Amino acid sequence: MGKEIQKQPQPQQQQQQPATSYTVEQLVALNPYNPDILPDLENYVNEQVMTGSYSLDANLCLLRLYQFEPERMSIQIIARILIKALMAMPASDFSLCLFLIPERVQMEEQFKTLIVLSHYLETARFRQFWEEASKSRHILEAVPGFEEAVQSYAVHILSLTCQRVPRTVLAEAINIEGLALDKFLEQQVTECGWLLEKSSGKGQIIILPGNEFNHPELKKNTADSIQLEHITRIFPILG
Amino acid sequence: MAPSYDHDDHHSNAPPSSNLDTSGYDPNLVPDSVKSFVVHLYRHIREKNVYEIHQMYETSFHTLSDRLFKDTPWPSVDAIAPFVDNDHVFCLLYREMWFRHLYARMQPTLKQRVDSWDNYCSLFQVVLHGVVNMQLPNQWLWDMVDEFVYQFQSFCQYRAKMKSKTEQEIALLRQADQAWSVYGVLNYLQALVDKSSIIDILEREKEGLENFTADDGYDYNGGSNVLRVLGYFSMVGLLRVHCLLGDYHTGLKCMLPIDISQHGVYTTVIGSHITTIYHYGFANLMLRRYVVAIREFNKILLYIYKTKQYHQKSPQYEQILKKNEQMYALLAICLSLCPQTKLVEETVNSQLREKYGEKMSRMQRYDDEAFALYDELFSYACPKFITPSPPNFDEPLVNYNQDAYRLQLKLFLYEVKQQQLLSGVRTFLKVYSTISLGKLATYMEVDEATLRTILMTYKHKTHTVDAEGKIISNADIDFYIDDDMVHIVESKPPKRYGDYFMRQIAKLEGVMNDMDRIKLE
Repeated sequence: MGKEIQKQPQPQQQQQQPATSYTVEQLVALNPYNPDILPDLENYVNEQVMTGSYSLDANLCLLRLYQFEPERMSIQIIARILIKALMAMPASDFSLCLFLIPERVQMEEQFKTLIVLSHYLETARFRQFWEEASKSRHILEAVPGFEEAVQSYAVHILSLTCQRVPRTVLAEAINIEGLALDKFLEQQVTECGWLLEKSSGKGQIIILPGNEFNHPELKKNTADSIQLEHITRIFPILG
Repeated sequence: MAPSYDHDDHHSNAPPSSNLDTSGYDPNLVPDSVKSFVVHLYRHIREKNVYEIHQMYETSFHTLSDRLFKDTPWPSVDAIAPFVDNDHVFCLLYREMWFRHLYARMQPTLKQRVDSWDNYCSLFQVVLHGVVNMQLPNQWLWDMVDEFVYQFQSFCQYRAKMKSKTEQEIALLRQADQAWSVYGVLNYLQALVDKSSIIDILEREKEGLENFTADDGYDYNGGSNVLRVLGYFSMVGLLRVHCLLGDYHTGLKCMLPIDISQHGVYTTVIGSHITTIYHYGFANLMLRRYVVAIREFNKILLYIYKTKQYHQKSPQYEQILKKNEQMYALLAICLSLCPQTKLVEETVNSQLREKYGEKMSRMQRYDDEAFALYDELFSYACPKFITPSPPNFDEPLVNYNQDAYRLQLKLFLYEVKQQQLLSGVRTFLKVYSTISLGKLATYMEVDEATLRTILMTYKHKTHTVDAEGKIISNADIDFYIDDDMVHIVESKPPKRYGDYFMRQIAKLEGVMNDMDRIKLE
């Protein structure tokens, strides 16, 4: 019923090949459970911070290796991963990371701050968020582009919710005021199709571009479509 | 901490304190019925008689266990080896069943846990690197993967209870540090997936180049189904391990090659079908993709409702009922957070109301009692989370078997808390088609700025990002704000006729084929 070829390497050892010729993304895809790629993944986090790129899969892979070998954990790297995950809102990357970080580690002061910040973003309390963020610059400035990322999340939420929004509401959500806001609006008007409206006595109103969430009538009725490959299963019958 | 969490995941018939009763057990004694069992099983495997193997595996093994080995192990492998030509692979298979029976009916010792790990390593090595030409029933191959993951989970739970360990046990734990290591477990499952080329096979099947699903994974050309079906089930095994670790995103990624919306080899074994959907649904629940979770739970619960009578005699029956109850609890959670009752079929809905109707109405209230109910249902229905790392032997020994569960529970309740104001606003949105922010704020007893944040939270929490980065709406009631007016739109999901017609076409074809086959004299 079968014979055994003796002394084959264990699958674990088999996967430990020199890593030089692979990109980190390939390493993660090929060797998701190999402790040897941990330093590569840590370097990759720093690279993401520097270049403004992002890879959830690579970062989860690293958090997983930390989970398997807590003694190799780097608090600084985890902080960077968490900030990057906050920047990926509205995706739930931040919770995905927290699920993998032991509770005692989450008690670290800087992580507690990040968790509070995430809570404000998750509940769309932008005023409190920006207040708290201004007190925590020392943690956040390690990652360039943080403010811009949160601003675009705020704009995303506003666009899901509103057709027309008062200038003051927008200003509070993205934490930009006065001339800087004028400039921001100008840019949005030319690049993203925003419109500005002066309403009597109430100040400026911003008309956000329509999408299927703030204009439900735009919702395409795709619910009843069937994938082609499912149809192919009945081709022999139809033929 | 709800007391319901601490019981073991399956194998619940083993009383917790019953240690191996060695008094009347002679490992070398082979009763005639056992001798005949192994001789026949061995012959059927050699002759590739899948039907007979399945009968012996599913029926005879359990009948004999009930009759002769209710609370003792089966005879040792050395005692039966002479009856099966000392066949190496058969002995590995026999030991796999031997340990499975031991785990189900007794408390394994640490030594036995380690031995069982070694046996799985030898077995998987043979499958991965040897030339295996057996054809084994899907049920058996599923049980191997299922039991492998179960024993890993059980080992992690056992290891984490450090306080009650004897010095001897600690010494053995330190020495056998490779046994059930999380790297070993994940890499074996991954190696089975890779080596079996199952992902390619499923991909080629889409182009009509393979009949893997149509043949239920069996090989009708004289080859072996063992590696590829083990590889296939290992994807489900990976989903489960990742869920146990709290890595829901990666778990779902491991399942991508299997199209969950269609019939597949995973649906041919009831245990695999349930395990797959349970973990798939749970992972989606944790990712806030409630609609996906509700759809899948609804489908499987309906399926179990319709078919459970056929499994009454099956050794898995108790486990089926347990998972059935747990999935109703998870469905109750999903529907409390995302009231899309239209997605739930009538039978399932009435069962749900019977079991959880009263609790669900209390869960809508978002007071302390409601949180206690979320806690209770989650604790009852969640997977048995594990901490994969070994203890630090140099520090004072503490129990850490509850750590992973407590973390997942805490984060889940955190999410519930973030959504606590949504059910209130939903009640108002239900009864208006337009309402000004000012008026709604007065009704909700909050100021306008707070109301805006609640409405934006509603949008954020009901719109999730799917695997491709697309925004998906889970909202039953949707709205938009135009300046300071809220306009409400009740979304009516259109009935999905497409799938229905597809099924009916296939069914009609089946009936017509049956009729063609009837010969009228």
